[in-house]
Amino acid sequence: MWTFLQQLSSPPYFYQLAGRLIPWLAWPCLAFLISGLYYGLWVAPIDYQQGHSYRIMFVHVPAAWMSLFIYMVMAISGGIALIWHMKLAEVIAASSAPIGASFTFLALATGALWGKPMWGTWWAWDARLTSELILLFLYLGIIALNSAIEDKRTASRASAVLGLVGIINIPIIHYSVIWWNSLHQPPSITKFGAPSIHLSMLIPLLLMAVAFKFYYATVVLMRARCEILERERNSHWVGTLITPSQNS
Amino acid sequence: MPHSLIPFLTLLKRDLTLAYRHRGEIANPLLFFIMTITLFPLGISAEAQLLQVIAPGVIWVAALLAALLSLETLFRSDFEDGSLEQMALTPHSLAGLILAKIIAHWIISGLPLILLAPFLSRLLFLPDNAVPTLILTLVLGTPILSLVGAIGVALTVGLRQGGILLSLLVLPLYIPILIFAANAVNVATADLPIAGQLYFLAALLTLSLTLSPFATAAALRISLS
Repeated sequence: MWTFLQQLSSPPYFYQLAGRLIPWLAWPCLAFLISGLYYGLWVAPIDYQQGHSYRIMFVHVPAAWMSLFIYMVMAISGGIALIWHMKLAEVIAASSAPIGASFTFLALATGALWGKPMWGTWWAWDARLTSELILLFLYLGIIALNSAIEDKRTASRASAVLGLVGIINIPIIHYSVIWWNSLHQPPSITKFGAPSIHLSMLIPLLLMAVAFKFYYATVVLMRARCEILERERNSHWVGTLITPSQNS
Repeated sequence: MPHSLIPFLTLLKRDLTLAYRHRGEIANPLLFFIMTITLFPLGISAEAQLLQVIAPGVIWVAALLAALLSLETLFRSDFEDGSLEQMALTPHSLAGLILAKIIAHWIISGLPLILLAPFLSRLLFLPDNAVPTLILTLVLGTPILSLVGAIGVALTVGLRQGGILLSLLVLPLYIPILIFAANAVNVATADLPIAGQLYFLAALLTLSLTLSPFATAAALRISLS
Protein backbone atom coordinates (compact mmCIF):
# COMPACT_ATOMS: atom_id res chain seq x y z
CA MET A 1 0.00 0.00 0.00
CA TRP A 2 2.65 2.48 1.05
CA THR A 3 4.91 1.70 -1.88
CA PHE A 4 1.93 2.05 -4.20
CA LEU A 5 1.25 5.52 -2.80
CA GLN A 6 4.89 6.43 -3.22
CA GLN A 7 4.83 5.20 -6.77
CA LEU A 8 1.61 7.07 -7.44
CA SER A 9 3.09 10.34 -6.28
CA SER A 10 5.93 10.15 -8.79
CA PRO A 11 4.86 12.36 -11.72
CA PRO A 12 6.00 10.11 -14.63
CA TYR A 13 4.23 7.08 -13.14
CA PHE A 14 1.06 9.05 -12.50
CA TYR A 15 1.17 10.52 -15.98
CA GLN A 16 1.21 7.04 -17.53
CA LEU A 17 -1.38 5.64 -15.13
CA ALA A 18 -3.77 8.55 -15.68
CA GLY A 19 -3.41 8.17 -19.41
CA ARG A 20 -4.41 4.52 -19.15
CA LEU A 21 -7.29 5.24 -16.74
CA ILE A 22 -8.95 8.03 -18.73
CA PRO A 23 -10.77 5.78 -21.28
CA TRP A 24 -11.98 3.54 -18.44
CA LEU A 25 -13.60 6.58 -16.87
CA ALA A 26 -14.74 8.39 -19.99
CA TRP A 27 -16.77 5.51 -21.48
CA PRO A 28 -18.78 4.80 -18.30
CA CYS A 29 -19.37 8.54 -18.04
CA LEU A 30 -20.85 8.57 -21.53
CA ALA A 31 -22.94 5.45 -20.84
CA PHE A 32 -24.37 6.83 -17.59
CA LEU A 33 -24.95 10.21 -19.19
CA ILE A 34 -26.89 8.79 -22.13
CA SER A 35 -28.98 6.42 -19.99
CA GLY A 36 -29.57 9.15 -17.40
CA LEU A 37 -30.70 11.61 -20.06
CA TYR A 38 -32.89 8.95 -21.71
CA TYR A 39 -34.60 8.02 -18.44
CA GLY A 40 -34.79 11.64 -17.36
CA LEU A 41 -36.16 13.14 -20.54
CA TRP A 42 -38.34 10.33 -21.90
CA VAL A 43 -39.11 7.69 -19.29
CA ALA A 44 -39.62 9.73 -16.13
CA PRO A 45 -43.25 10.88 -15.77
CA ILE A 46 -44.37 14.48 -15.89
CA ASP A 47 -44.51 16.13 -12.50
CA TYR A 48 -48.09 16.90 -11.54
CA GLN A 49 -47.17 20.31 -10.20
CA GLN A 50 -44.16 21.45 -12.17
CA GLY A 51 -44.87 19.92 -15.58
CA HIS A 52 -41.92 19.25 -17.83
CA SER A 53 -39.73 21.96 -16.42
CA TYR A 54 -38.83 19.89 -13.37
CA ARG A 55 -36.60 17.82 -15.69
CA ILE A 56 -33.86 20.43 -15.38
CA MET A 57 -33.40 18.92 -11.92
CA PHE A 58 -31.47 16.05 -13.52
CA VAL A 59 -28.71 18.51 -14.38
CA HIS A 60 -29.23 21.04 -11.60
CA VAL A 61 -29.11 18.75 -8.57
CA PRO A 62 -26.06 16.65 -9.58
CA ALA A 63 -24.21 19.85 -10.52
CA ALA A 64 -24.93 21.31 -7.09
CA TRP A 65 -23.73 18.10 -5.43
CA MET A 66 -20.58 18.15 -7.51
CA SER A 67 -19.87 21.77 -6.62
CA LEU A 68 -19.53 20.81 -2.95
CA PHE A 69 -17.89 17.44 -3.60
CA ILE A 70 -15.14 18.98 -5.73
CA TYR A 71 -14.52 21.65 -3.11
CA MET A 72 -14.01 18.89 -0.55
CA VAL A 73 -11.62 17.01 -2.87
CA MET A 74 -9.74 20.21 -3.57
CA ALA A 75 -9.44 21.23 0.08
CA ILE A 76 -8.42 17.75 1.23
CA SER A 77 -5.77 17.34 -1.47
CA GLY A 78 -4.63 20.87 -0.63
CA GLY A 79 -4.26 19.78 2.98
CA ILE A 80 -2.29 16.70 1.91
CA ALA A 81 -0.07 18.93 -0.21
CA LEU A 82 0.56 21.24 2.74
CA ILE A 83 1.32 18.47 5.22
CA TRP A 84 3.27 15.93 3.16
CA HIS A 85 4.49 18.21 0.35
CA MET A 86 3.08 15.77 -2.17
CA LYS A 87 3.37 17.17 -5.70
CA LEU A 88 0.51 15.06 -6.99
CA ALA A 89 -1.93 16.46 -4.42
CA GLU A 90 -0.97 19.99 -5.49
CA VAL A 91 -1.66 19.08 -9.09
CA ILE A 92 -5.05 17.54 -8.27
CA ALA A 93 -6.08 20.58 -6.20
CA ALA A 94 -4.99 23.00 -8.91
CA SER A 95 -6.78 21.11 -11.67
CA SER A 96 -9.97 20.63 -9.62
CA ALA A 97 -10.65 24.32 -8.98
CA PRO A 98 -11.80 25.34 -12.49
CA ILE A 99 -13.98 22.22 -12.82
CA GLY A 100 -15.61 22.92 -9.47
CA ALA A 101 -16.21 26.53 -10.44
CA SER A 102 -17.84 25.38 -13.69
CA PHE A 103 -20.17 23.00 -11.86
CA THR A 104 -21.09 25.73 -9.40
CA PHE A 105 -21.84 28.06 -12.28
CA LEU A 106 -23.86 25.32 -13.99
CA ALA A 107 -25.90 24.76 -10.82
CA LEU A 108 -26.59 28.50 -10.56
CA ALA A 109 -27.48 28.87 -14.25
CA THR A 110 -29.79 25.86 -14.34
CA GLY A 111 -31.28 27.02 -11.05
CA ALA A 112 -32.10 30.39 -12.63
CA LEU A 113 -33.67 28.66 -15.65
CA TRP A 114 -35.71 26.47 -13.31
CA GLY A 115 -36.65 29.34 -11.04
CA LYS A 116 -38.14 31.47 -13.80
CA PRO A 117 -41.13 29.19 -14.61
CA MET A 118 -41.52 27.87 -11.04
CA TRP A 119 -41.05 30.88 -8.78
CA GLY A 120 -41.57 33.50 -11.49
CA THR A 121 -38.11 34.96 -10.90
CA TRP A 122 -34.60 34.28 -12.17
CA TRP A 123 -33.00 34.94 -8.86
CA ALA A 124 -34.11 35.00 -5.25
CA TRP A 125 -32.00 35.86 -2.22
CA ASP A 126 -32.71 32.49 -0.78
CA ALA A 127 -30.35 30.63 1.53
CA ARG A 128 -29.16 27.89 -0.77
CA LEU A 129 -28.86 30.09 -3.84
CA THR A 130 -26.85 32.59 -1.89
CA SER A 131 -24.49 30.03 -0.41
CA GLU A 132 -23.97 28.53 -3.87
CA LEU A 133 -23.12 31.99 -5.18
CA ILE A 134 -20.66 32.52 -2.32
CA LEU A 135 -19.15 29.11 -3.08
CA LEU A 136 -18.59 30.35 -6.63
CA PHE A 137 -16.81 33.42 -5.23
CA LEU A 138 -14.61 31.16 -3.07
CA TYR A 139 -13.70 29.09 -6.14
CA LEU A 140 -12.94 32.22 -8.16
CA GLY A 141 -10.79 33.56 -5.33
CA ILE A 142 -8.76 30.36 -5.27
CA ILE A 143 -8.37 30.37 -9.06
CA ALA A 144 -7.33 34.04 -8.97
CA LEU A 145 -4.77 33.40 -6.22
CA ASN A 146 -3.46 30.38 -8.10
CA SER A 147 -2.87 32.39 -11.24
CA ALA A 148 -1.49 35.46 -9.45
CA ILE A 149 1.50 33.64 -7.95
CA GLU A 150 4.08 32.79 -10.57
CA ASP A 151 5.84 29.91 -8.85
CA LYS A 152 3.48 26.97 -9.28
CA ARG A 153 4.39 25.20 -6.05
CA THR A 154 4.01 28.34 -3.92
CA ALA A 155 0.73 29.06 -5.70
CA SER A 156 -0.57 25.59 -4.86
CA ARG A 157 0.37 25.85 -1.21
CA ALA A 158 -1.13 29.33 -0.87
CA SER A 159 -4.41 28.22 -2.44
CA ALA A 160 -4.38 25.15 -0.21
CA VAL A 161 -4.38 27.41 2.87
CA LEU A 162 -7.22 29.43 1.38
CA GLY A 163 -9.12 26.25 0.56
CA LEU A 164 -8.82 24.99 4.11
CA VAL A 165 -9.94 28.34 5.52
CA GLY A 166 -12.86 28.16 3.10
CA ILE A 167 -13.86 24.70 4.22
CA ILE A 168 -14.22 25.89 7.81
CA ASN A 169 -16.25 28.78 6.52
CA ILE A 170 -18.60 26.95 4.17
CA PRO A 171 -20.83 25.54 6.95
CA ILE A 172 -20.76 28.88 8.77
CA ILE A 173 -21.72 30.74 5.61
CA HIS A 174 -24.37 28.18 4.82
CA TYR A 175 -26.05 28.33 8.22
CA SER A 176 -25.78 32.09 8.40
CA VAL A 177 -27.60 32.56 5.11
CA ILE A 178 -30.32 30.13 6.25
CA TRP A 179 -31.43 33.00 8.48
CA TRP A 180 -33.43 34.29 5.60
CA ASN A 181 -36.77 32.80 4.80
CA SER A 182 -36.25 30.21 2.17
CA LEU A 183 -38.01 29.91 -1.18
CA HIS A 184 -36.01 26.86 -2.12
CA GLN A 185 -37.65 23.49 -1.71
CA PRO A 186 -36.10 21.55 1.18
CA PRO A 187 -33.74 18.65 0.36
CA SER A 188 -35.79 15.68 -0.82
CA ILE A 189 -33.09 12.99 -1.11
CA THR A 190 -31.12 13.25 2.11
CA LYS A 191 -34.22 13.48 4.29
CA PHE A 192 -34.41 10.86 7.00
CA GLY A 193 -36.82 8.06 6.24
CA ALA A 194 -38.20 7.45 2.78
CA PRO A 195 -37.09 9.94 0.13
CA SER A 196 -40.01 12.09 -0.97
CA ILE A 197 -39.09 11.62 -4.62
CA HIS A 198 -40.63 8.92 -6.76
CA LEU A 199 -38.38 6.06 -7.82
CA SER A 200 -38.92 6.81 -11.53
CA MET A 201 -37.43 10.25 -10.97
CA LEU A 202 -34.80 9.12 -8.48
CA ILE A 203 -33.21 6.62 -10.88
CA PRO A 204 -32.35 9.14 -13.64
CA LEU A 205 -31.19 11.58 -10.97
CA LEU A 206 -28.75 9.04 -9.54
CA LEU A 207 -27.63 7.97 -13.02
CA MET A 208 -26.84 11.59 -13.82
CA ALA A 209 -25.05 12.00 -10.50
CA VAL A 210 -22.83 8.99 -11.26
CA ALA A 211 -22.22 10.31 -14.78
CA PHE A 212 -21.12 13.66 -13.36
CA LYS A 213 -18.74 11.92 -10.94
CA PHE A 214 -17.16 9.99 -13.82
CA TYR A 215 -17.01 13.18 -15.85
CA TYR A 216 -15.15 14.92 -13.05
CA ALA A 217 -12.73 11.99 -12.67
CA THR A 218 -12.02 11.98 -16.41
CA VAL A 219 -11.53 15.71 -16.74
CA VAL A 220 -9.48 16.09 -13.58
CA LEU A 221 -7.07 13.40 -14.78
CA MET A 222 -6.81 15.09 -18.20
CA ARG A 223 -6.13 18.46 -16.59
CA ALA A 224 -3.69 16.87 -14.13
CA ARG A 225 -1.73 15.36 -17.02
CA CYS A 226 -1.39 18.77 -18.66
CA GLU A 227 -0.54 20.40 -15.34
CA ILE A 228 2.17 17.78 -14.67
CA LEU A 229 3.72 18.30 -18.10
CA GLU A 230 3.76 22.03 -17.50
CA ARG A 231 5.26 21.78 -14.04
CA GLU A 232 7.85 19.18 -15.00
CA ARG A 233 8.71 20.73 -18.33
CA ASN A 234 12.39 20.98 -17.45
CA SER A 235 12.73 17.37 -16.39
CA HIS A 236 14.27 14.64 -18.46
CA TRP A 237 11.25 12.37 -18.76
CA VAL A 238 9.07 15.09 -20.24
CA GLY A 239 11.80 15.85 -22.74
CA THR A 240 11.99 12.25 -23.91
CA LEU A 241 8.19 12.05 -23.95
CA ILE A 242 7.80 14.98 -26.30
CA THR A 243 10.81 14.44 -28.54
CA PRO A 244 11.59 10.71 -28.35
CA SER A 245 14.65 11.21 -30.55
CA GLN A 246 16.42 12.88 -27.61
CA ASN A 247 16.64 9.52 -25.98
CA SER A 248 18.59 7.82 -28.73
CA MET B 1 5.68 38.82 33.52
CA PRO B 2 6.08 35.45 31.74
CA HIS B 3 8.89 35.36 29.24
CA SER B 4 6.75 34.41 26.29
CA LEU B 5 4.74 37.63 26.66
CA ILE B 6 7.70 39.99 26.28
CA PRO B 7 8.14 39.72 22.48
CA PHE B 8 4.38 39.92 22.09
CA LEU B 9 4.12 43.16 24.05
CA THR B 10 7.24 44.61 22.43
CA LEU B 11 5.82 44.05 18.97
CA LEU B 12 2.44 45.46 19.98
CA LYS B 13 4.10 48.58 21.33
CA ARG B 14 6.30 48.92 18.24
CA ASP B 15 3.35 48.68 15.85
CA LEU B 16 1.31 51.19 17.84
CA THR B 17 4.24 53.61 17.97
CA LEU B 18 4.80 53.25 14.24
CA ALA B 19 1.13 53.92 13.59
CA TYR B 20 1.23 56.96 15.88
CA ARG B 21 4.15 58.36 13.89
CA HIS B 22 2.18 58.01 10.64
CA ARG B 23 -1.13 59.38 11.82
CA GLY B 24 -2.26 60.26 8.30
CA GLU B 25 -2.32 56.64 7.26
CA ILE B 26 -4.66 55.77 10.11
CA ALA B 27 -7.01 58.59 9.19
CA ASN B 28 -7.45 57.54 5.54
CA PRO B 29 -9.57 54.40 6.06
CA LEU B 30 -11.65 56.29 8.62
CA LEU B 31 -12.30 59.11 6.16
CA PHE B 32 -13.22 56.46 3.62
CA PHE B 33 -15.66 54.96 6.14
CA ILE B 34 -17.32 58.33 6.77
CA MET B 35 -17.47 59.28 3.11
CA THR B 36 -18.98 55.96 1.98
CA ILE B 37 -21.73 56.40 4.53
CA THR B 38 -22.34 59.96 3.38
CA LEU B 39 -22.75 58.76 -0.19
CA PHE B 40 -25.79 56.61 0.57
CA PRO B 41 -28.22 59.38 1.54
CA LEU B 42 -27.01 61.35 -1.48
CA GLY B 43 -27.47 58.40 -3.80
CA ILE B 44 -30.71 56.98 -2.46
CA SER B 45 -32.77 59.59 -0.68
CA ALA B 46 -32.64 61.81 2.36
CA GLU B 47 -35.87 60.40 3.71
CA ALA B 48 -35.41 59.46 7.35
CA GLN B 49 -37.66 56.42 7.19
CA LEU B 50 -35.79 54.81 4.33
CA LEU B 51 -32.35 55.60 5.74
CA GLN B 52 -33.34 54.18 9.08
CA VAL B 53 -34.08 50.83 7.40
CA ILE B 54 -30.83 50.61 5.47
CA ALA B 55 -28.63 52.15 8.19
CA PRO B 56 -27.38 48.89 9.83
CA GLY B 57 -26.43 47.37 6.49
CA VAL B 58 -24.82 50.55 5.19
CA ILE B 59 -22.72 51.09 8.30
CA TRP B 60 -21.60 47.46 8.32
CA VAL B 61 -20.80 47.32 4.61
CA ALA B 62 -18.79 50.52 4.97
CA ALA B 63 -16.98 48.98 7.94
CA LEU B 64 -16.10 45.87 5.89
CA LEU B 65 -14.71 47.99 3.05
CA ALA B 66 -12.78 50.27 5.40
CA ALA B 67 -11.29 47.20 7.10
CA LEU B 68 -10.23 45.84 3.70
CA LEU B 69 -8.54 49.13 2.83
CA SER B 70 -6.62 49.29 6.07
CA LEU B 71 -5.68 45.59 6.00
CA GLU B 72 -3.26 46.11 3.14
CA THR B 73 -0.86 47.94 5.42
CA LEU B 74 -0.86 45.13 8.00
CA PHE B 75 2.24 43.34 6.70
CA ARG B 76 3.26 45.47 3.71
CA SER B 77 5.99 47.67 5.21
CA ASP B 78 7.39 44.85 7.35
CA PHE B 79 7.49 42.63 4.29
CA GLU B 80 9.24 45.23 2.18
CA ASP B 81 12.00 46.07 4.66
CA GLY B 82 12.56 42.42 5.58
CA SER B 83 11.57 42.61 9.22
CA LEU B 84 8.81 40.08 8.60
CA GLU B 85 11.43 37.50 7.62
CA GLN B 86 13.36 38.27 10.78
CA MET B 87 10.19 37.69 12.81
CA ALA B 88 9.70 34.34 11.09
CA LEU B 89 13.29 33.42 11.99
CA THR B 90 13.03 34.25 15.69
CA PRO B 91 12.60 31.38 18.14
CA HIS B 92 9.30 32.87 19.31
CA SER B 93 6.10 31.46 17.90
CA LEU B 94 5.25 33.29 14.69
CA ALA B 95 1.53 32.90 15.43
CA GLY B 96 1.97 34.81 18.71
CA LEU B 97 3.85 37.64 17.03
CA ILE B 98 1.20 37.81 14.32
CA LEU B 99 -1.52 38.01 16.93
CA ALA B 100 0.26 41.06 18.37
CA LYS B 101 0.34 42.67 14.93
CA ILE B 102 -3.35 41.89 14.38
CA ILE B 103 -4.33 43.34 17.74
CA ALA B 104 -2.33 46.47 17.00
CA HIS B 105 -4.06 46.70 13.64
CA TRP B 106 -7.46 46.39 15.28
CA ILE B 107 -6.63 49.13 17.80
CA ILE B 108 -5.64 51.37 14.90
CA SER B 109 -8.42 50.59 12.48
CA GLY B 110 -11.29 48.90 14.34
CA LEU B 111 -11.47 50.89 17.53
CA PRO B 112 -11.89 54.29 15.80
CA LEU B 113 -14.77 52.85 13.78
CA ILE B 114 -16.52 51.94 17.02
CA LEU B 115 -15.97 55.43 18.39
CA LEU B 116 -17.31 57.00 15.19
CA ALA B 117 -20.34 54.74 14.88
CA PRO B 118 -22.67 56.65 17.26
CA PHE B 119 -22.18 59.86 15.25
CA LEU B 120 -22.63 58.13 11.91
CA SER B 121 -25.78 56.40 13.08
CA ARG B 122 -27.19 59.91 13.65
CA LEU B 123 -26.48 60.75 10.02
CA LEU B 124 -28.60 57.78 8.96
CA PHE B 125 -31.33 58.37 11.59
CA LEU B 126 -30.78 55.01 13.27
CA PRO B 127 -33.21 54.89 16.24
CA ASP B 128 -31.65 55.45 19.66
CA ASN B 129 -32.59 52.02 20.94
CA ALA B 130 -30.45 50.34 18.25
CA VAL B 131 -27.27 52.34 18.83
CA PRO B 132 -25.98 50.25 21.78
CA THR B 133 -26.51 47.12 19.69
CA LEU B 134 -24.64 48.65 16.78
CA ILE B 135 -21.71 49.38 19.07
CA LEU B 136 -21.83 45.89 20.56
CA THR B 137 -21.82 44.25 17.13
CA LEU B 138 -18.91 46.44 16.10
CA VAL B 139 -17.00 45.52 19.27
CA LEU B 140 -17.50 41.83 18.53
CA GLY B 141 -17.29 42.04 14.75
CA THR B 142 -14.39 44.34 13.86
CA PRO B 143 -11.76 42.10 15.54
CA ILE B 144 -13.01 39.24 13.35
CA LEU B 145 -12.50 41.45 10.30
CA SER B 146 -8.86 42.00 11.26
CA LEU B 147 -8.28 38.35 12.18
CA VAL B 148 -9.82 36.79 9.08
CA GLY B 149 -8.41 39.50 6.84
CA ALA B 150 -4.91 38.80 8.12
CA ILE B 151 -4.99 35.36 6.46
CA GLY B 152 -5.80 36.98 3.13
CA VAL B 153 -3.12 39.64 3.56
CA ALA B 154 -0.54 36.99 4.42
CA LEU B 155 -1.36 35.12 1.21
CA THR B 156 -1.19 38.19 -1.03
CA VAL B 157 1.56 40.24 0.61
CA GLY B 158 4.24 39.51 -1.98
CA LEU B 159 2.04 40.02 -5.02
CA ARG B 160 1.95 43.03 -7.31
CA GLN B 161 -1.82 43.37 -7.58
CA GLY B 162 -2.39 42.16 -4.05
CA GLY B 163 -5.02 44.74 -3.10
CA ILE B 164 -7.77 43.77 -5.51
CA LEU B 165 -7.02 40.08 -5.02
CA LEU B 166 -7.26 40.54 -1.26
CA SER B 167 -10.84 41.80 -1.52
CA LEU B 168 -11.71 38.84 -3.74
CA LEU B 169 -10.34 36.37 -1.21
CA VAL B 170 -11.59 37.98 1.99
CA LEU B 171 -15.02 39.41 1.21
CA PRO B 172 -16.78 36.02 0.90
CA LEU B 173 -15.39 35.09 4.31
CA TYR B 174 -16.84 38.30 5.80
CA ILE B 175 -20.41 37.47 4.78
CA PRO B 176 -21.48 35.67 8.01
CA ILE B 177 -20.30 38.62 10.11
CA LEU B 178 -22.25 41.04 7.96
CA ILE B 179 -25.38 38.90 8.20
CA PHE B 180 -25.36 38.45 11.96
CA ALA B 181 -24.28 41.98 12.80
CA ALA B 182 -26.64 43.84 10.47
CA ASN B 183 -29.46 41.51 11.45
CA ALA B 184 -28.87 42.15 15.16
CA VAL B 185 -29.05 45.92 14.65
CA ASN B 186 -32.15 45.59 12.50
CA VAL B 187 -33.86 43.45 15.10
CA ALA B 188 -32.84 45.82 17.88
CA THR B 189 -34.71 48.69 16.22
CA ALA B 190 -37.88 46.66 16.83
CA ASP B 191 -36.91 46.02 20.46
CA LEU B 192 -36.70 42.28 19.88
CA PRO B 193 -34.10 40.06 21.61
CA ILE B 194 -30.67 40.06 19.98
CA ALA B 195 -28.86 37.57 22.20
CA GLY B 196 -28.75 34.86 19.50
CA GLN B 197 -26.96 37.02 16.94
CA LEU B 198 -24.51 38.33 19.54
CA TYR B 199 -23.71 34.79 20.68
CA PHE B 200 -22.99 33.84 17.08
CA LEU B 201 -20.69 36.83 16.66
CA ALA B 202 -18.93 35.97 19.91
CA ALA B 203 -18.52 32.36 18.75
CA LEU B 204 -17.07 33.53 15.43
CA LEU B 205 -14.73 35.85 17.31
CA THR B 206 -13.51 32.99 19.52
CA LEU B 207 -13.05 30.72 16.53
CA SER B 208 -11.09 33.26 14.51
CA LEU B 209 -9.08 34.41 17.54
CA THR B 210 -7.86 30.86 18.16
CA LEU B 211 -7.38 29.64 14.56
CA SER B 212 -6.54 32.69 12.47
CA PRO B 213 -3.04 33.39 13.89
CA PHE B 214 -1.95 29.87 13.00
CA ALA B 215 -3.44 30.01 9.50
CA THR B 216 -1.86 33.44 9.01
CA ALA B 217 1.52 32.13 10.17
CA ALA B 218 1.30 29.21 7.73
CA ALA B 219 0.30 31.54 4.92
CA LEU B 220 3.12 33.98 5.73
CA ARG B 221 5.71 31.21 5.68
CA ILE B 222 4.49 30.28 2.19
CA SER B 223 4.63 33.90 1.02
CA LEU B 224 8.11 34.34 2.45
CA SER B 225 9.52 31.15 0.95
